[in-house]
Amino acid sequence: MVKLKVNGTEHAFDGDSTMPLLWFLRDELRLIGTKFGCGMSLCGACTVHKDGKAVRACITPMSAVAGAEVTTIEGLGANGLHPVQKAWMRINVPQCGYCQPGQMMQAASLLKTKKNPSDADIDAAMSGNICRCGTYQRVRAAIKSAAEELA
Amino acid sequence: MSAIQNVSRRGFLKGAASAGAFVLCVRILPESLHAEGLPENARVDRAALHPSVYVGIDTDGTVNIIAHRSEMGTTSRTSVPMILADELEADWKRVKLEQAIGDERYGSQNTDGSHSVREFYEPMRQAGATARMMLTQAAANQWAVPVTECKADLHFIVHSPTGRRLGYGELASAAAKLPVPKVAELKFKPKSAWRYIGKGSPSYDLADIVTGKAIYGMDGRMDGMVYASIERPPVLGGKVKSFDDKEALKVAGVTQTVPIDPFQGPWEFQPLGGVAVIAKNTWAAFQGRKSLKIDWDNGPNATYNSDQYKKQLQETARNSAKIVRDHGDVDASFAKGGKIIEAEYYVPHLAHAAMEPLVAVADFRDGKVTAWAPTQNPQAVQDTVAKAVGIAKENVICHVTLLGGGFGRKSKPDYVAEAAILSKKVGRPVKVVWTREDDIHFDFYHSVAAMYMKAAVDANGKPTAWLQRSVFPPIGSMGDPKLNYGGDFELGMGFTDMPFDVPNLRVENGPATAQVRIGWLRSVANIYHAFAVQTFADELAHAAGRDPVDYMLELIGPPRVVDMTNVKNPNYGGNYDVYPNDTGRLRKVLEIAVEKSGSGKRKFAKGAGIGIAVHRSFLTYVANVVEVEITDDGRVHIPRVETVVDAGLITNPEAARAQFEGAAVFGTSIALSGAITATNGAIDQSNFDSYPVARMREAPLQTNVHLVESDAPAAGIGEPGVPPFVPALCNAIFAATGKRVRELPLSKSKLA
Repeated sequence: MVKLKVNGTEHAFDGDSTMPLLWFLRDELRLIGTKFGCGMSLCGACTVHKDGKAVRACITPMSAVAGAEVTTIEGLGANGLHPVQKAWMRINVPQCGYCQPGQMMQAASLLKTKKNPSDADIDAAMSGNICRCGTYQRVRAAIKSAAEELA
Repeated sequence: MSAIQNVSRRGFLKGAASAGAFVLCVRILPESLHAEGLPENARVDRAALHPSVYVGIDTDGTVNIIAHRSEMGTTSRTSVPMILADELEADWKRVKLEQAIGDERYGSQNTDGSHSVREFYEPMRQAGATARMMLTQAAANQWAVPVTECKADLHFIVHSPTGRRLGYGELASAAAKLPVPKVAELKFKPKSAWRYIGKGSPSYDLADIVTGKAIYGMDGRMDGMVYASIERPPVLGGKVKSFDDKEALKVAGVTQTVPIDPFQGPWEFQPLGGVAVIAKNTWAAFQGRKSLKIDWDNGPNATYNSDQYKKQLQETARNSAKIVRDHGDVDASFAKGGKIIEAEYYVPHLAHAAMEPLVAVADFRDGKVTAWAPTQNPQAVQDTVAKAVGIAKENVICHVTLLGGGFGRKSKPDYVAEAAILSKKVGRPVKVVWTREDDIHFDFYHSVAAMYMKAAVDANGKPTAWLQRSVFPPIGSMGDPKLNYGGDFELGMGFTDMPFDVPNLRVENGPATAQVRIGWLRSVANIYHAFAVQTFADELAHAAGRDPVDYMLELIGPPRVVDMTNVKNPNYGGNYDVYPNDTGRLRKVLEIAVEKSGSGKRKFAKGAGIGIAVHRSFLTYVANVVEVEITDDGRVHIPRVETVVDAGLITNPEAARAQFEGAAVFGTSIALSGAITATNGAIDQSNFDSYPVARMREAPLQTNVHLVESDAPAAGIGEPGVPPFVPALCNAIFAATGKRVRELPLSKSKLA
C-alpha cells in the first residue's frame, strides 16, 4: 500500500507499485492535465512536482512517491492562477497546448530556485520539455515575465 | 471512401472544383425535426434562431457557433467562428463554441492543407450576415419602422433615430419566423466596421489549457471503458502467423487479448492488424503487451532497406524522366556547352511525432459506433470506421476532441478504426492508446525524396537553361501501392510552380515505389522541393560570385504572374485567377525580410552568417532570413530569424505570428535531426532519443514575424512557414562555414 498526497489530498494505492505515477494520476485519479508523451523521460509532458521539485511522472514508480507530496497542474495555482499560468496566458504561449502543463510545472520549479533566470538557465532547465508546435520563444518570454511578477 | 477521395478533400486533386463545390446550408427546421432528424442533436440546432448549420441564437442571447474544423494548435477552432461572430456583430464574450461531430452538412472538416479560413471565410460571413439581417428585420417589425433605420451593434439591434435597443436574445424567436435571405441579398459589414477579423483573439481554449482542464483525445473516457495496447506487424503488410498470450494474460489487470485482421487491398487508412491486449488501465495494457509472443509473416516488404532505396532514388534522379513542365529548349541550351552546374539533394522520410501519441475511444453498440478522437478529419473517421466494422457511415458518430498536435498524421484515422473493431469484439467501449514507439513505427511518413538540378549559366552567372527532377514515392500509393509517379498536387508544391524567370526550363518527375505508408506532413512536398530549389539558387549565386539576395531577385525576375499554360496546376485548389502565382508579392516579402534583418550593413564573425530563401506555398508568400553561429564543436545556434509573410487577408494575426514562429522550430527539426530509416522493412527509430526533434536550446532564439498588410483573398497560415526555413538555414550554414548541405538532416554533415 502506497500512501501519498496529491494536490493536498491524501490517496492510497494498493496496485502494482512499479506502475508509474503518471497512470495513477491519469487513470485512477482522473487528473488529466498531466500528459503522456514518451514514457521514457524524454519529452517532459508528464512533469509534476514531487515534494516541490520537478520530476517526470512517466518514469517515477508508485513505490518512489510513498509519503510524498505530489503537485500537478491542477494544483499548481492553489489560490487562483500561479504566476507562471498567468504569464502563459499573457504571452499567449500555447498552440496545441498538450505539452504546456509539463512546461509550466518545469518553469514553476525553475523559478523556485532561480528568481531571475538567464537565457542559459532557461535553456538548461527547459530543454527536457519538448514542444513540437515550437512555442519555445514564448515559453522563454513567459518565464521572464513570471519572474518579474514574482520579484 | 477511397484514400484518393480523402486526399482530394484537401482540395489538391479536384482543384478548384472542391473549393467551389461547397454550398452554404441555410435552413430553418421546426424543433421536432431536429430532435428526430439529426444523428446527434447539436446545441446550435436547438437554438431559437438557427438560420444556418453554423449558428444558433438562444433566447438568453447566447450565440452558439459550430466549430467544424479541428483544433490542433493553429487556432482554427477560434478563428473560423470569429469571422461569423464579426459579421453577426456578436459580442465574442457571449459566444459559445460547439465542436461539431463529423457530418457532411458542415462541408469539409478535413483540417489540413492550410485552408480553414481560406475555404470558410465566405460561408462564415454569409451565415453571420444571414442571422444579423433576420434579427434586424425582426426589430424593425417590432418597432414598425423601416429596416434601413435599424442597425446591429454588439449583440443589440438599435433604432438609430430614437436610440431604442433590443437584444439578440429578445429578438431570436421572432427572427426565426422570418424568411431566410438569399445569399445574393446579403449585405456585409464594411471592413472599417470589423471587430475581430484582422484583430484576432487568443484561443477560445487558452484558460482551459493553462489550467490542465482542456480535453484532448488522450483524456477521452466512457463509462465501462477498457484500455487496449496493440502489437502491430513490424513490416508494412505483415501478418500474425501465430501468437502465445499465456504470459500476457498473467499480468495483473489484463483481461483478454484480441487479434486484429491485417488490411485488405490497398492500405488506405485501414488498421495494420496485430494483437491487442485489453486491460483495466493503460499501464497494464502496455505491460501485458510486452509479454506477448508473436510469430510474424513479414511479407514482401521485409526486403526494404532504406540505404539501398536511397541509392536507387538517387540513380533514378540522374536519368531523364517524365516531363511535367517544359518551355524553351533545355537540351539545345545544354548542348551549346559553356558553364554547367549540377547538384543533387536528398531528404529522408520524416515522422510527424505530435506530442500527443495517437489515441481513440470507441463504443460499438446496437450497430452504431460512437467515437471520441483527436482527429483532423471526422468525416474520414466515419468512412473508415464504417468500413472497418461493416455499418453505414451515418451510424458512426465521431466527436472531435482537442488535438495534441496533428501535422497531417491525425487526418488518417487507422487508430480510430482500431478502437471500433476492438469495441465490437470486446462488447465494451475501448480506448486504444499508442505508445510513442508505436507513433514513430507506424506513421504515414513524409516522403523521402531525391532531387537532381542542372543549370547552364551565361557569363554573368545567370541561368540560360534550368532542369530540375524530383523522385519520391507518392502519397497516392495508399490507394494504389503500385502508383510510383507523383500526383499533380505534390509536383505543384514548389516544383512545377517554380517561379524563376529562365528562358529554358524543364521539370521532370521520376518513379519510386512506396515501401512504407506515405502521408502528408506539414507543408508536404514543399519541404524537399523548396530545399532543392532554394539551395541550388544559392549555389548558383555563389558560383557567380554574386550577392545571394540580388541574385535571387534577378532569378525571380520582374513582377508578373507565372505562366502556367500547358502545366497541370492544382494551385492548392485555388482558382488561378483569384490566387495567381505573383512574383511581385514574392519579391516584396524577400525585400522586406532583408531590410528587417539589416544584413546589408552587418559584418559576421568567423563561423557566423546569414542565409535567405523565399517560397510560395498554400497560396502564401514567405521569406526567411536566418542567422546562424556554428560553435567550435559544430553545433548550430540560431540567434535570429526574420520571417515575412504575405498571406492575403489575415483573420487572426496573433495566431498567424505564432504559426510562423512554430514553423521555424519545425523546420529546425527537419534540418537538424529528422530521419526515418528502415532495416529489413522495419523502422529503425522509436522514440525521441532515436528520432530527436528540436528542443529549446536548438530552436531559434528569436523569430520575428512580419505580416504584410493585404486585401488579397485569405491564404494559408499553418504550413507555409516550413518550406523556406530549411534552405535558408542551410544557406546560412554555407555562408558561415563554406560547407554546402545537400542532404538532410544536418546531423549527417560534420560542421566543426
